Amino acid sequence: MNILALILFLLLGGVVAWASERVHPNAPRWVGLLTFVAAGLYLANAWAGGYAYANQYIEWIPRFGIHVILSMDGLSLMLVALTLFLGIVAVVSSWTETERSHGFFQFNILWVMAGVVGVFTAFDLFLFFFFWEVMLIPMYFLIAIWGHEARAYAAMKFFLFTQISGLLMLFAILALVYFHYAATGLLTFNYHDLLGAELSRDVAFALMLGFFVAFVVKLPGVPFHTWLPDAHTQAPTAGSVILAGILLKTGAYGLIRFVVPLFPEASADFAWWAMFLGALSILYGGYMAYSQSDFKRLVAYSSVAHMGFVLLGVFAFHEVDGVLVTNELGMQGAIVTMIAHGFSTAALFMMAGALQERLHTREMSRMGGLWVRAPRMGVMTMFFVIASVGMPGLGNFIGEFLVLLGAFKASIPLTIAGALGVVVAAVYGLVLLQRAFQGTPNPDIPVMRDFGWREMSVMVLMMVALVWIGVYPQPLLDLSGPVIELLWEAP
Amino acid sequence: MSAAAWSALLPYLVLTGALLVLLLVVSFRRGHALAMWLTVAALVATLATLPGSNAAGAQSIDGFLTIDAFANFFNGLFVLTAIVTALLGYRYLDARASRAHREEFYILLLSATLGAMTMASAAHFAAFLLGLEIVSISLYAMIAYPEEGQAPLEAAMKYLVLSGVASTTMLFGMALVYAAVGTMAFGAVLGASSDPLLIAGQVMILAAVAFKLSLVPFHMWTPDVYQGAPAPVTGFVATVSKGGVLAVLLRYLVETDLLSHEALFLAVSLIAIVSMVVGNVLALLQDNLKRILAYSSIAHIGYLLIAVLVVSALATPAMALETGMFYLAGYFLMTLAAFGAMTVLSTGAPSDTESLAAYAGLYWRRPVLAAVLTAAALSLAGIPLTVGFIAKFYLFAAGIEAELWALLWALVIGSAIGIYYYLRIVFSMIRTPDDGAVPAASVRSIEGIAAASVLGAAIVVFGIFPTPVIDVARDAVRAFGG
Repeated sequence: MNILALILFLLLGGVVAWASERVHPNAPRWVGLLTFVAAGLYLANAWAGGYAYANQYIEWIPRFGIHVILSMDGLSLMLVALTLFLGIVAVVSSWTETERSHGFFQFNILWVMAGVVGVFTAFDLFLFFFFWEVMLIPMYFLIAIWGHEARAYAAMKFFLFTQISGLLMLFAILALVYFHYAATGLLTFNYHDLLGAELSRDVAFALMLGFFVAFVVKLPGVPFHTWLPDAHTQAPTAGSVILAGILLKTGAYGLIRFVVPLFPEASADFAWWAMFLGALSILYGGYMAYSQSDFKRLVAYSSVAHMGFVLLGVFAFHEVDGVLVTNELGMQGAIVTMIAHGFSTAALFMMAGALQERLHTREMSRMGGLWVRAPRMGVMTMFFVIASVGMPGLGNFIGEFLVLLGAFKASIPLTIAGALGVVVAAVYGLVLLQRAFQGTPNPDIPVMRDFGWREMSVMVLMMVALVWIGVYPQPLLDLSGPVIELLWEAP
Repeated sequence: MSAAAWSALLPYLVLTGALLVLLLVVSFRRGHALAMWLTVAALVATLATLPGSNAAGAQSIDGFLTIDAFANFFNGLFVLTAIVTALLGYRYLDARASRAHREEFYILLLSATLGAMTMASAAHFAAFLLGLEIVSISLYAMIAYPEEGQAPLEAAMKYLVLSGVASTTMLFGMALVYAAVGTMAFGAVLGASSDPLLIAGQVMILAAVAFKLSLVPFHMWTPDVYQGAPAPVTGFVATVSKGGVLAVLLRYLVETDLLSHEALFLAVSLIAIVSMVVGNVLALLQDNLKRILAYSSIAHIGYLLIAVLVVSALATPAMALETGMFYLAGYFLMTLAAFGAMTVLSTGAPSDTESLAAYAGLYWRRPVLAAVLTAAALSLAGIPLTVGFIAKFYLFAAGIEAELWALLWALVIGSAIGIYYYLRIVFSMIRTPDDGAVPAASVRSIEGIAAASVLGAAIVVFGIFPTPVIDVARDAVRAFGG
């Protein structure tokens, strides 16, 4: 399949959506939706037809050995599929939310997603960085223009955190390329060429940290997580869905695709600390989630906790014949967690957005007893809270279980800490459900519109996906398996 | 002089001729549109002679000027900037300056351009000083051009006095160098000598250069002059006057290998680091777009010094020159785009649109100008998709190759701080305006909007496909000095 065409199609869709505003105020929504659906069908068709795995190689800036290298493997494929699906969710979830300059709104959604697809398929480090930054600017606009009351602060914080860590990564990329150039005389940003770069231990460690920090800020892991609650809370619903559902995954993807394969020894040296940060994120994120009174903030902090599992799984290096090697189970678990969290959190943020639209508040103390008023919303919230908590039979459980299983081989104390996090998750998940939907109905809330067919159809799709991953995760594992095996062989 | 030398000199001759013609035309027949379009035509003609000048190869004009592709790269930038300034300035002056003498502005514009071109090809102290003074003297008048306000006069006065002091310092430095080596040609000046007379002279020259480039601690004049000068002139001051000095500095350092002197290298490194940090930090505190851009230019020239320092840090100066040229070309584009958008917004208004509050809601009022200013701000911040990113990428590449780690860290920190205030510019445009904060420009400047849009588009196009500019810069580096 033609990946470049897919990205350009999304970009073009954005421009058309913006321009279509002049035709009819509702047109941008339809253009956005149809663009994502068409792109999704194209991908599904390629997947079913067996030609999804592709490589594209075009010269770009020959002066620095920079090429447009786009490839698709199992990991990229599932993440791109998730991206396009969440694109549909984002458009649908904000169907009635924004009034002002709706064309520009859809433009930004499509451009973020185009950048994300680029991030997941770029195999040239320059191109990767390019897409990495391209997805930020539209995201900034989404938060800064259509966000809630403290949007200026939140958008600025989001942009600063990701930009500064991005600068570190740019520095590290260039240094890696230069050291490779000094050793081999080949100036290239090609991922496959750089995989075997021979670096001294100290240099490799320093460069690894440059990448690591950029990705952990995005993930986000404690202590770089502080932008997330603000950005999530202030973003419009579509922004939160994109942010939690897919942007966080770019950080996790970076760890799996770049940090571990490019610097295997340095990653192994650093593994314990990374796992420690993972366990810390799980516990701290859970603790903070429990203490929130704002629906969206609670879900945002729960994301920090869930992404801690990714960190725990990816860096669960264990010893085989005296050598530290990457942990297949942990990696598999991390990848399943990424996908499952994409669905469950997107659904919860969509719920938060729907509540805010109806009640004009995110404070759980001003909710209560909503189940009676809107039973469909209640059922949906219950399902996704339970999924997010890690109930067996649903996607998140598979991911977290595999991570813990893998981490057990690496560090028992950190595994115990992570497992405790699952308990904490149950607490804050049920607190969310109780405060918002159960208890005595708040008399200040007269009538509340329940979910209609538009919202329900998206919700049901996400339910099906989570049940499917939870009951039969094998197709997912088959997709990511070969990618992980390659990592395993790399060092 | 050989025929080749004459054809190398042709751009200078054309521009000088055009200057005289314009002088005569203005004396006999006044007409603002006539003067403006005549100026643009002259500049386009100059531009057209540049390929021929390149084809003549590197030509030394009596050891006074060296006209090569390197000089012509800068000449091209200066001439293009002058065209943009003329287009931007037209409606602006039409509404602002007195009817009696709007036409002389274009004479000053042409002479300032000629001065900058002289600097770009200077191979001798006399040519250096001549070029510098032609630029400065033209600028004094240009800054004070709309005579109604007090601010332009004050800015011009400040620039006149301080710039005069700097020029004098430079002249004294040149005299000391001459006393030490007995010649004023760049090629004969020794770089890494320990003769105290020579070192004192070099330090004085560098200090004057730092003043003209507004580097810390010689930067005090910059925000006031930027703020006081009319917007189109500020754009010109920020680009051409600095670009000319930078071109001559690069050539001077390559010819003399001055920075292989360790203490001087250290001093310039310190100036670079301090400029990056101070420029960015002070820009954080501003609410006036002109002052923000002034401090940001201090930081950007600080970044550019990385390229200057690489001249002596690597075996050949090729990478340094290439980086310097690309960065400067990018800096010209984004600075002009920012001031271009500002000029168009200020056209017809009693004073320039400077405060950030006045930009509130610009996305919905003037989407094209808002897009141009956004492109410029993001480019100055070094965000991908813009030429500013490729330029910063070049600096990183050059700095890493020369292993100037301290400077690179300063670059990272400076850029990190910079993101904040550049983003404030973007945010102020999407904000809903406070009541009464929005001035309405009564005059629509078609020429200005066209120029600003082209600049904005160029920022993005060269940010995605930088290869044409890279190729031109590399060809020029190969032809450097012959």
